[in-house]
Amino acid sequence: MKSAVITFPGSNCDRDMHVALNKFGFKNRMVWHNDNELPKSDLVVLPGGFSYGDYLRCGSMASKSKIMQSVINFAKSGGLVMGICNGFQILVESGLVPGVLLRNKYLEFICKNVFVKIDNKDNPYFKNLDKEVFEFHIAHNEGNYFCTNDQLKEIEDNNQVAIYYCNDNGKTEEKFNPNGSLKNIAGIFNKEKNVLGMMPHPERMIDESLSGEDGSIFFKNLLNNIK
Amino acid sequence: MKVSAIITLKKDVLDPQGKVIHQTLDGMGFKDVNEVRQGKYFEIDVKENDPQKAQKIVEDMCNKLLANLVIENYKIIEIQ
Repeated sequence: MKSAVITFPGSNCDRDMHVALNKFGFKNRMVWHNDNELPKSDLVVLPGGFSYGDYLRCGSMASKSKIMQSVINFAKSGGLVMGICNGFQILVESGLVPGVLLRNKYLEFICKNVFVKIDNKDNPYFKNLDKEVFEFHIAHNEGNYFCTNDQLKEIEDNNQVAIYYCNDNGKTEEKFNPNGSLKNIAGIFNKEKNVLGMMPHPERMIDESLSGEDGSIFFKNLLNNIK
Repeated sequence: MKVSAIITLKKDVLDPQGKVIHQTLDGMGFKDVNEVRQGKYFEIDVKENDPQKAQKIVEDMCNKLLANLVIENYKIIEIQ
């Protein structure tokens, strides 16, 4: 399976993602933001980081970069596009997933492990996962998901919430919400569920001795799903 | 022409920075504040001498990049 990770000026999780994808059997290629064409890929990843120094709004500049037109076309034709952290911010700014990511509620940069609940499995990313609660890492200043009431209704009617913040038992209460996100939302799909944006970093959980292996479970399953 | 635009958060969007500024003002003794909302201000010098056309160009910029209309409103406040 082929994947492509886009590097924007200021991306800093692009190589971590490259390592993770290759470790679990993808043949990954790094793609520069100023390129026009995507290589033939089964999965495109917009990585975490601080593209363009978070100027104006996080992800706003990167969403207008040259390669994004190809990424948008790829997504519109049904291709799998996953945005992690700053990649999620780029997805919302490019309109591929609904809503926005505001500054964290308590104005702190949050860098810690959190538990997230993944119970929406009718999609190519999470199909066949045999557990619901994952421990992932988050590191962001603008992860406070927000959308209008009309958008929220549409998102919920279409079952587009991908991931919720929760505790180790999978309880999605407000007190387990690290950043003030609407309804504890940590990740969102587009309507067709081929585009996934999420704040947590599965690529930081792929080594038992360094972190944990919940990311490994996610990547192995993802590869099997798109094989 | 120089076009000035301000971008503000919509009314129902939480503005944590505005809240903190309000609290700090309160702590400094400015007790007569109901609310603080923080926004952005842009001065854009466009290569266009017709004020109406210049305004249109900057409005287009606001719609496409400078503002995120899910959470923000923009207003052209001056053209000179």
